Amino acid sequence: MADKDKGLLLDIRNLRMEATAYPPDGPPHDIVIVDDVSLTLKRGKVLGLIGESGAGKSTIGLSSMGYGRGGVRITGGEVILNGRDILKGGSRQLRKLRGKEVCYVAQSAAAAFNPAHRLMDQVIEAALVHGVASREEARKRAVVLFEKLGLPDPGGIGERYPHQVSGGQLQRAMTAMALCPEPDLIVFDEPTTALDVTTQIDVLAAIKEAIRETGVAALYITHDLAVVAQVSDDIMVLRNGQTVEVGETAQIIHEPREDYTRALVSVRSIEHKEKKPAPKPLLSVDGVTAAYGGRGGVAVLKNVSLQLSPGQTLAVVGESGSGKSTLARVITGLLPPYEGEVHFAGRQLAPALAQRSRDDLRELQMIYQMADVAMNPRQTVRNIIGRPLEFYFGMRGAEKERRLAELLDEIEMGEGFADRYPAELSGGQKQRVCIARALAAKPQLIICDEVTSALDPLVADGILKLLLNLQKIENVAYLFITHDLATVRAIADSIAVMYQGEVVRYGTKSEVLSPPFDDYTDLLLSSVPEMEIGWLEKAIASRRMESAGN
Amino acid sequence: MKAILKLVAQRIALGLLLLLAVSVVIFAGTQILPGDVAQSILGQSATPQALENLRRELGLNDPAYIRYFRWLAGIVQGDLGTALSNGQDIATQLGKRLGNTLFLAGVAAIVSVPLAILLGLLAVRYRNRWPDKLISAVTLASISLPEFFIGYLLIYFVAVQLGWFTSVSTVYEGMTIGQRLNAVALPAATLTLVVLAHMMRMTRAAILNVMQSAYIETAELKGISAFDIIRKHAFPNAIAPIVNVVMLNLAYLVVGVVVVEVVFVYPGMGQYLVDHVAKRDVPVVQACGLIFAAVYISLNIIADVVAIISNPRLRHPK
Repeated sequence: MADKDKGLLLDIRNLRMEATAYPPDGPPHDIVIVDDVSLTLKRGKVLGLIGESGAGKSTIGLSSMGYGRGGVRITGGEVILNGRDILKGGSRQLRKLRGKEVCYVAQSAAAAFNPAHRLMDQVIEAALVHGVASREEARKRAVVLFEKLGLPDPGGIGERYPHQVSGGQLQRAMTAMALCPEPDLIVFDEPTTALDVTTQIDVLAAIKEAIRETGVAALYITHDLAVVAQVSDDIMVLRNGQTVEVGETAQIIHEPREDYTRALVSVRSIEHKEKKPAPKPLLSVDGVTAAYGGRGGVAVLKNVSLQLSPGQTLAVVGESGSGKSTLARVITGLLPPYEGEVHFAGRQLAPALAQRSRDDLRELQMIYQMADVAMNPRQTVRNIIGRPLEFYFGMRGAEKERRLAELLDEIEMGEGFADRYPAELSGGQKQRVCIARALAAKPQLIICDEVTSALDPLVADGILKLLLNLQKIENVAYLFITHDLATVRAIADSIAVMYQGEVVRYGTKSEVLSPPFDDYTDLLLSSVPEMEIGWLEKAIASRRMESAGN
Repeated sequence: MKAILKLVAQRIALGLLLLLAVSVVIFAGTQILPGDVAQSILGQSATPQALENLRRELGLNDPAYIRYFRWLAGIVQGDLGTALSNGQDIATQLGKRLGNTLFLAGVAAIVSVPLAILLGLLAVRYRNRWPDKLISAVTLASISLPEFFIGYLLIYFVAVQLGWFTSVSTVYEGMTIGQRLNAVALPAATLTLVVLAHMMRMTRAAILNVMQSAYIETAELKGISAFDIIRKHAFPNAIAPIVNVVMLNLAYLVVGVVVVEVVFVYPGMGQYLVDHVAKRDVPVVQACGLIFAAVYISLNIIADVVAIISNPRLRHPK
């Protein structure tokens, strides 16, 4: 890095990008995705692009490769890379620069690797296509990169197929793939967003180290300010395709100038006082063991016991594969356990869904992560929310309309939304409709399965506030499944930490989040990025100290 | 590897079972057909005594299941029985014919499969532009025309007007391979035109489906050329659906060539079958049916196996 020219690498001027929208009613028209955005990036520097979905961050990142995803076109401005405007060269020139001067790291490496080819062949492909290195050289380089990025068995892992390695390893391999042709610039597009928090920290550290060592410049795209604070020199905040604010990382985090940036920095500021557990629990899960594929299958839940008081929130935390969603399936009766019982409001629930009474079904509702697919796209909001009203209470006509209006009011949406289809709602509105549908049944317990994970932080915040508010009004209990500890802090009364199908820590929020910790909870808590420059180094250092101490 | 062998063995076992079931259906079907074999051999003027004698000789008076097992036992030992119409051994007669049919089908397949896949790849490369539309228009037009019509068109233009090939595709023993190829050129061309569209459209559709994947974008962002992306990154992931359609078409080349063989007077299975259906020669019809079924089933097994092998998750388990 030190011996490289410190001059200007990328200079984007007045970039404008458009796409054609095809609304169901009305003629197709052009919409502006990126509007008059300018940025500069010096060699060896990292610029973080941050904003909510739809802010245009990925679109701007890809413009540095002259690429528009899904019909997005560059309709104005200049993208000057290494001193020449890449938009003037035509597709052949663009092809020469992609994979050679600029490389791309996608959000989901699992989808970005071709399942039909070995990792090594994909990692060295760009270098070979552009004649940057011979096959032998490229392979050697790849092995060195695998080692640098902390992949196990660097010499042999390249011979594996994508399905044979884990998500975190794939993300590292994708970084190696981007580094292999020794580009001047890498576009990191949410590289750690799809990973578990404990994996994210390691991948983040590996990426940061690789950037530092190779001196490559980077555009780092993410919606997580705490993550970008760890890796970038400067940060650009975007909203609706426009620049909100640009500045050094420290300035953006500590002294944001714009209101929108301040809102991003202060997100998750919900205060929630934990309630004491009631003497009589509403839900009690006793010694549940469950497996897919019957008794002979691998146990996904092992002897799980939990309790949830009426009108309170139990957060179930863990990484993917820890059994959180399976627990929800057992409680709802979708997966009968082969050992243990589920008690609800003083009675024992039948293990299987088919044996439960309609009232049992009504009392227990669910809200899902993907509001998109949890609603019938061909039904209006009125039908979606009206269905449980008819089904459980036999409501019709004016009575149903009145209740519908009430519910829409409770989720802070007007009656005007009743005749909309899901496709005409934003992500946050869709999730609100799902909440209303659950509430319509007047349940005592709602199971929330990662309900805010697919939402932008500010929108997610709104949903959490709504849920807390509704809890006060309706006295409904939540079983809140999440991998996000900030969410847990915001809303939980009690917490269960799950790891590999077992509850490793369980208690009230203050108990669970206070030391002394067990190893896993400690790892989990220390992995959550904090909005503090230098946090990553500290976290990695203390982790190394610990493992050295052991 | 072990998992794959197991899967392949399973497919083959299933195929054999299926073939057995087909043999029952074929046998039952020919039993339901109206008419009496003895009668059709001896003609209307035969005496009842003569008919009775012949029936006993042919074992026609035994219950159906006994005749079925007798027939099956013969087949398992390679004996397809004798033709009623001329008293000749069916296996020897069929052997030559089957060879001819497989030769014709093989020539058509060697031309049509690579051509169809290449056209499919080109159609994807230039999708919604004129090469794509031209390829689709031509192949769809050729599949829309009945095959006998294409056959006569080719005979008229290529054989009669231009005189490049003969209109009658007689083959006989002692021909060199070149002469044989010359003889089957027109029927093979007809068959190629008939099966091309189906395979090409499936190749196009399957690859277009894969082109939506994130890894295609990755390849694009590596600066790989459009055709290499289709060939190296999309095609390997589209093999399974393509192979299935290719095999269905290959099966058609073997079992569905009756009309083309008749048009070109080609001494293959199809003609043989048609002749003997007319003569009510039940053992020949049964034998032909069974062979067609065997070809069909084995080609589909091959398609399955190729699809299994093309899946890296099965080839290289975790």
